[in-house]
Formats: sequence, C-alpha cells, structure tokens
Amino acid sequence: MPLDFVKPTPPTDDKRWKVVQATMRRNGNRHDALIETLHTVQESFGFLDDDSLRYVAAALRVPLSRAYGVATFYHFFRMKPAGKHTCVVCTGTACYIKGANQILDSIKQAYGVKPGETTPDGQISVLTARCLGACGLAAAVVYDGDVAGKQDTGGTLERLQKWAEQ
Amino acid sequence: MTPEELLQLATEEREKQAAFKHNIRVCVAAGCLSTGSDKVKIALQKEVEARGMKGVCQVKGVGCLGLCSVGPLITVDDNYCRNVAPEDAADILDRLGDAPADRLHIPSSTPFFARQQKIVLENSGVIDPEKLEDYVAVDGYQGLLNALTEMTPNEVLTEVTKSGLRGRGGGGYPTGLKWSTVAKADGGGQKYVICNADEGDPGAFMDRSVLESDPHRVLEGMAIAGYAVGADRGFIYVRAEYPLAIQRLRVAIRQAERAGLLGNEIAGTTFNFSVAVRLGAGAFVCGEETALMASIEGKRGQPRPRPPYPAESGLYGKPTLINNVETFANVAPIIRKGSTWFSAIGTEKSKGTKVFALAGDIQNTGLVEVPMGLTLRDVVFDIGGGVPNGSFKAVQTGGPSGGCIPAAHLDMPVDYESLGKLGSIMGSGGMIVMADTACMVDVAKYFMEFCMTESCGKCIPCRVGTAQMYGLLTRITQGLATPSDLQLLEELSDMVRNTSLCGLGLEGHTCPAHKCEMVVDTEKEVA
Repeated sequence: MPLDFVKPTPPTDDKRWKVVQATMRRNGNRHDALIETLHTVQESFGFLDDDSLRYVAAALRVPLSRAYGVATFYHFFRMKPAGKHTCVVCTGTACYIKGANQILDSIKQAYGVKPGETTPDGQISVLTARCLGACGLAAAVVYDGDVAGKQDTGGTLERLQKWAEQ
Repeated sequence: MTPEELLQLATEEREKQAAFKHNIRVCVAAGCLSTGSDKVKIALQKEVEARGMKGVCQVKGVGCLGLCSVGPLITVDDNYCRNVAPEDAADILDRLGDAPADRLHIPSSTPFFARQQKIVLENSGVIDPEKLEDYVAVDGYQGLLNALTEMTPNEVLTEVTKSGLRGRGGGGYPTGLKWSTVAKADGGGQKYVICNADEGDPGAFMDRSVLESDPHRVLEGMAIAGYAVGADRGFIYVRAEYPLAIQRLRVAIRQAERAGLLGNEIAGTTFNFSVAVRLGAGAFVCGEETALMASIEGKRGQPRPRPPYPAESGLYGKPTLINNVETFANVAPIIRKGSTWFSAIGTEKSKGTKVFALAGDIQNTGLVEVPMGLTLRDVVFDIGGGVPNGSFKAVQTGGPSGGCIPAAHLDMPVDYESLGKLGSIMGSGGMIVMADTACMVDVAKYFMEFCMTESCGKCIPCRVGTAQMYGLLTRITQGLATPSDLQLLEELSDMVRNTSLCGLGLEGHTCPAHKCEMVVDTEKEVA
C-alpha cells in the first residue's frame, strides 16, 4: 500500500454513496470487491458513469483501466441511465423458439429502439437478457422488474403503449 | 448446534408439522411467482383464517413443484392443482380432504410426476426454503454433522468416490476424484470451495430452482466438501439475473450461521467453514471455472490455460474445489444414506439421477428429475407430453456447447457416455425441444450469435472466427450462400474448435448430429 494513500471523497454528497462505502468496507476495501461495489453503485444510482468509476477505482486502489474494463466487460453493468421504465426481453433458447425475436422486432418497429437503447423521451428502455431461467414460461419479458411469462408481440406492445402514454 | 440438539429440533419441528391435518403448499419459485402465486398464497391464508382453521390447515410457500407451464401450482395434501387463481381459494378449502375440482386437479399418477425419482429435488415443493427448521425436519444438516462427528475427511472422500457421483455441470468428471486431488494438494493452510451457480446455458434453470427451493442443501453439501478437502472458506458464484435465488441463499446463510451450522467450530468440532455469495454480472464465459475464479477476484472473466488446474492453483492461487450446484445438492443424501444406496440408482457408469429443464415446443415445460439411463423418448414424450403442435424434430441438450439430437436417436439412454457418442453432451441439463417448424440453420445462427457476443475476446480464433461464421450462417438464411460457403464454414468451425482456449460455448455448431440435421436444412435453402 502506498504510504501517501488518501481516502478519496465521493463525487457528490448524495447519501447513496454511504451504501456504496458500506459495501467496500464489508469487503475490506480490497481489490476483489470491485464487482460487488459496481453492483451496489448500479443498484443505488441505476447506472455507472465516469465519476462513479473514478471514485470506486480510487477507493479500492485499482487502476481506472481495470475498473473500466470490468464495467464494460460484463453485460449487466449499464453505462447510460435507463429510461423511466425498463422492458427486458429474454433471448434464451426457449424464448427464442417461442418468438422473442419477433417481440424485439415489433418493439423496434413501434418505437425505433433496439436492445440497449432508450426512447428519446426517456420513457422506455429496452434491454435483453441471456436467459432468465423462466424457460417454462417462454417467452419471458420483465416489465419494471416483474417477470411476465408467455408473452407475445401483441401483449408486449400493449404494455409498452401504457407506459408511453403516461 | 450439536448432533443431539439438531435431532431435537428435527423432532420438535416434525411434531409441530404433524399437528396440521391438512397441508396446502404453494409454489413460490420464480416461475409460479411470475404468474401470481404469491396472491394465491395470501388468498388461501385469508380463507383459512376466516374459517378458523388455522390450527388444522397449514398454508406454506414452497419451492418449485416442477410443472412450470401450468402455474401457479399448489399441492393440497397429496393432490396437485394447476392454474390456481386467488378466487379458487374458497373452492379448494370446501373440498379439503376430498379430490380437488376437475378443472384444477392433476392426478399424481400423471407420468410427469409418477416417472420421476427425486434426490436433488426431494425437498423442492415440500419445504419452505426460507425456514431452517423445515429443512432440519427432513433430516437436513444430518449428513454434515454425521460427517463431522463420526467420519474422518478420508472416509468422506471414500464415500463420495464409491457413490460414483459425477459432476453435474456438464463435464461429468468423477466428483470423488476431484475432491481427492484437492484434498491432497498443499495449499499452505488455505483452500477454497466454490459452488458454480453461474447457470449460463440458455434454456437451463435447474440450479435456479434448486437454490430457490432448497438453498440449505447446497450449503450443507459445500460444508461437507470443505471438511473432506480441508477448506474453511466457500464462495457461491450466482448469476445476478437470479435475484430470488440470491435473496434466499443469503437468508439461508444467515440462518445457518446463527444456528452454528456454518461459521467457526461447527457442532463443537474444530471445523470452521464460512460461505459468501458472489454475484455474476452477465457473462456466459464465467461459467468456465478459471474465468469464474477471475471474476470472484474482481477481474474480467477471462479463462486462462490449464494446467495448472484449480485443484492445484485456483482462487487466489490456492487449491480450489469447484463444483456445480446440482453436484453439491447430491452430497448430503450420499453421506446420510450411504454410497451403496446412491450407486444402486442409474446406469453402470452414470450413477444417480439428473435434473432436466424441459422447455421449447413441449407440452409439459418444467423441471424433472429422472434416474440416469431413461431414454430421451421417455423424457420428451412420456414425461414431457410430446410436441403440442406439429411433430418432433430435435432436442437440444447441453446449451451452446452441446448439440441437437434428431428423432432417429430418441431411444438413446440419457447418460454421459451415450450423449457423448451422439456428439452432444449431458451439459447442465437444459433440454429444448424443437418442432418440425424450427429451422436448424436458424438455430445454429442463434447459437453462433450467442457465441459471438459472449466471446470474451481473449483468443482471436474465437473472437474473429465466430463473427465470420455468423456472417456465413446469415448468408445461408438469406439464400445468398454458395456451396463454397458451406465448406468455409466447416473449415472455420474446425479451426475455432481446435485453437480456442476454453471448451465452453464455442463448439455447438461442430457436433456431428447437429450438423447432419443442419446440412439437410442448408441444402434445402441453398437449392
């Protein structure tokens, strides 16, 4: 440990940083707490940005390049804020067989957004998941955290329409 | 907690449970929850209370009951009920002690239930996954305490070896042999046990169900492993996509720690074992053991060459035992009931049972556990109920590293050797059935897209090769391909397969059985 290590201060005085600090402390502020800490940042703030990456890297004493590398390597981490609502379409094999791609195509046609994008009004983010493990209920779509099974294009567009009209 | 205290707790809890004349169990695993089973549970509880039957009829949330396609599922005493809505509560209680209404009832003689044999899932759908007492009442933690107080680590190793248990994550490596290697390794005092719960194969949800339905069983298996190999720390690496499994695991760990079944000086012995949960972050390659360990260390999940194997130099460079969820779930019953009991189940080389996740174009989607050696036909048609619309074309096993097995091989027994001979693998246990409407080139393209996106980028053949192959497959599906494209595809897939570092994920397209089917389809499209 370099002798002149000064504990960095969080980017803002937002209280949510306390939660992040607690995660790092629980893991002994060690390098290997990086992924756990990034999970907490994303849970608290919804996404990871430059400031948060800089802060976490400094606090855990890992090179910024490694923090950025980890954040962009794993699909679960988002580098952009999500929309007000999120719609995660499962693209696992069972859901694929049951038409997940058609659902994604129809969303793209109706709202012009591809997986990973958010509508310009910031209402709806569309994401995909590799497999939610809800294969018995294929095709599965998660609307704001609620898993819905046996979805089709009609049902999905109806749900999204409600969000869009809000 | 000493063995005597454990027995006493088990007896007390059993007496408490026996006091109820009726038991209603509501599945609260992820599948049924998404169809509203929590509301069904509340409605039933309210109805029981309103009728003043609280001391007579117990309503409890349990793990996966298996038949996910007709959820919410509940059991009323010994009867299964499907598609239960909150409004059905009164009707169900009216008929208590009698057969449920026909529209809800699924007879337990249905092949889906009758032909299963449960070891790993024996408590799924029976116990409340968030109650330690419930697990203890069904002999939970007895295997661990038996091992700690009556067996030496060597005896545990012998028992596991003799049982013939093999890794359930896909490879089928003999578990006893793996444990013995770690036990022999000199870690300078530190060794680790890792449970691989990064169930990345799309179409597989066995591990999720086990963790959601019976988390203590996995912890017990890990602790027994820790005792046998001389490790005092365990990690469970779970996908972040499984929030419910993570939550229940954390609850279970806290409960076990409080009861002194994990932590320091377990059961008054000198054995210490702690377990921590580590979250994955959505990278398929982290199911590969060296990538998984890199991820636990907080790095990018990229595999490294083996040897050295994790058994010699694993997590933080220390000897590490790494097994899959289902493997650990088999351990406690083996110690409790003995290796002879276990090795009597299954085939000569594949012992015990296997849990499969049935999905795709199949009548009964859900989770089943069958003895090894049952034929694919039995699993797909008898238990699974066959293909609802259209006829059977192929079943995909083993995730992206596996293959598609066409109808001609339906009478193959399901065990490690037979599936290997067909060019597929047992894999972790996902079975995706495809009807004749499915185009195999499309399926190959789907898996290639999967491999392309999930490639970690370390080896060039995989990173670049999969992208090229995806391009070729796309041309085929668009009808633009020429016969030379097919040859190029074959050459590329051979090259990628033989020059990539990790075996995980990048071979699906090269499997003979898969390819035969594919070539037929391809020729149709090229012509």
